[in-house]
Amino acid sequence: MIADDKSNAAAYWKANVRLIAGCLVVWAFVSYGCAILFRPLLASIPVGGTDLGFWFAQQGSILTFIALIFFYAWRMNQLDKKFGLGE
Amino acid sequence: MSQFAINLLFVGASFALYIGIAIWARAGSTKDFYVAGGGVHPVTNGMATAADWMSAASFISMAGLIASGGYANSTFLMGWTGGFVILAMLLAPYLRKFGKFTVPDFIGERFYSRTARVVAVACLIIASVTYVIGQMTGAGVAFSRFLEVPSTWGIWIAAAIVFLYAVFGGMKGITYTQVAQYIVLIVAYTIPAVFIAMQLTGNPIPGLGMFSTHTESGVPLLQKLDDVVNALGFQDYTADVDNKLNMVLFTLSLMIGTAGLPHVIIRFFTVPKVADARWSAGWALVFIALLYLTAPAVASMARLNLMTTVYPEMTGQVEDYEVAAAEPILYADRPAWFQTWEDTGLIVYNDANDDGRIQFYNDTNEGFTETAEGRGWAGNELTVNNDILVLANPEIANLPGWVIGLIAAGGIAAALSTAAGLLLAISSAISHDLIKNTINPNISEKGEMLAARISMGGAILLATYLGLNPPGFAAQTVALAFGIAAASLFPVLMMGIFSTRMNSTGAICGMLAGLVATLLYIFTYLGWFFIPGTNMLANTPDNWFIGISPLSFGAVGAMINFAVAFAVSSVTAAPPREIQELVESVRYPKGAGIAVDH
Repeated sequence: MIADDKSNAAAYWKANVRLIAGCLVVWAFVSYGCAILFRPLLASIPVGGTDLGFWFAQQGSILTFIALIFFYAWRMNQLDKKFGLGE
Repeated sequence: MSQFAINLLFVGASFALYIGIAIWARAGSTKDFYVAGGGVHPVTNGMATAADWMSAASFISMAGLIASGGYANSTFLMGWTGGFVILAMLLAPYLRKFGKFTVPDFIGERFYSRTARVVAVACLIIASVTYVIGQMTGAGVAFSRFLEVPSTWGIWIAAAIVFLYAVFGGMKGITYTQVAQYIVLIVAYTIPAVFIAMQLTGNPIPGLGMFSTHTESGVPLLQKLDDVVNALGFQDYTADVDNKLNMVLFTLSLMIGTAGLPHVIIRFFTVPKVADARWSAGWALVFIALLYLTAPAVASMARLNLMTTVYPEMTGQVEDYEVAAAEPILYADRPAWFQTWEDTGLIVYNDANDDGRIQFYNDTNEGFTETAEGRGWAGNELTVNNDILVLANPEIANLPGWVIGLIAAGGIAAALSTAAGLLLAISSAISHDLIKNTINPNISEKGEMLAARISMGGAILLATYLGLNPPGFAAQTVALAFGIAAASLFPVLMMGIFSTRMNSTGAICGMLAGLVATLLYIFTYLGWFFIPGTNMLANTPDNWFIGISPLSFGAVGAMINFAVAFAVSSVTAAPPREIQELVESVRYPKGAGIAVDH
């Protein structure tokens, strides 16, 4: 019984870490990637008088951050239920 | 009614509201004082976190920095919002599960060490006090400008107000006061921005307006702005930057600094459930984004308005050669707001070529020198302080007096709410972590509350004193606060949750290594303890270690912290079994207390 609890908790944690890693890849991709490092590559995509990289730096990355947190909170609620580890 | 009376009315009314709420919600028990009884709804808590987070730097200063730096200063926008993603996933839910009152509480118990707790208290106090100094100065400047009193008085007034509601209200008072402050500051920021976006682009949403067509000229607003600044020798507003490494590290420093700042973390102890901590971070970012999505629009539109105020011929549907030949206005014809701000010394005009006109151009651009000389210009004649941009925005756009009064109240709300949140973090670290858990464990609940209030008063006096005698480098002070939080607190908090193997020796060495390395790097370029003239190297990009500015070093400090902690921890004994079990239990929400007592 105790061993079951332990492996259940470990599986929950593993799923959580995988979810976090996925979200952080997106987080880094939009901010450090699209907005900074890859901006020259996106220069050919025009957005209202400038390019896509500029839009990501001043609007897009912030909007993505919000979506990421809500997605994470929603997925974690599902995981809490699935593994029976919620409150 | 004079503008002065309107300002007084708005600022006075907003204060009456905050103080009223603080009295209504007066804290009863110790737990109420620190964490609002563990019963704050995630949306409410998100709003209060947003007010806590957005300081005078966000409200007053940031749009001005973006206006002058253009794309390069997008770092502030991403850095000060992206940190909430890290908070929501890597820290907030687990710290809420752990169920302690303060950040050093967590570090002290997780690393089963009094030394770790005391080092954490030191990091927290250094980071928070430096941050408060900037807020006090900011509030002082805003008061003195709008209430027309000397800036010294402004700072004392600010100190008195903070003292009243932070000391008598505690966290619960602050939570609801901060909700009110958030509403005041977001309304104050948005209304002028909407008016200006309508004027320039016909689009009432500023964040969309900045990417739309500039009505008068028929070209996209940002392209118009590039054309205008380019014709005067300035760098294109949307120009890319060369030093990408520094831009990445600066953004990273601001992000992990956000996640490591104690006054933000402490907010997540106040929600009823672990799941609420995650939602709460999301809501906080929604409320923050309302300002942060508007700020870049305010920046680009204010820059364009400023340029076309000085060069009216540049507006409208004009050809490139007409833009290039546009004459600046006569000094005698300058608008009224221009004169108001000249009185504060934040706009300075100096007629270098004695022609009575305001030549405003980039005289440090060598490629532009020939053009300027050809037109008989003898150097740039106008200096505009970045920090006035948001405050002057309604005046530049000719908005009614009540909007100006509103923005005064908003700026002051931003500065005070952050100062109060930081002071609470400082006072709880001293009374709770230092006195109750280290020096005198037998202190009564009453005694602990008294100690919290005394240390809060002491911290206010210290910050006011330093605010009255400012070291003269507001931007560096704020960056130092972020650097310290990023390099010292964030890594150990994260390792405390994500590594069961991390032990106390590793954590202590990591914190100290990150803190010391960051401080040394900053002091090398900015002077020992910021005393001018004591810096060992000039603060220029050529001298920086592989192009990393002192402002960006917090990210490197954090990496040093991680590396040292793992190295030391791997050669010393693993933490005791019950600590490893504790870490595992922090990882899932089941069994979280309401707001755990000691």
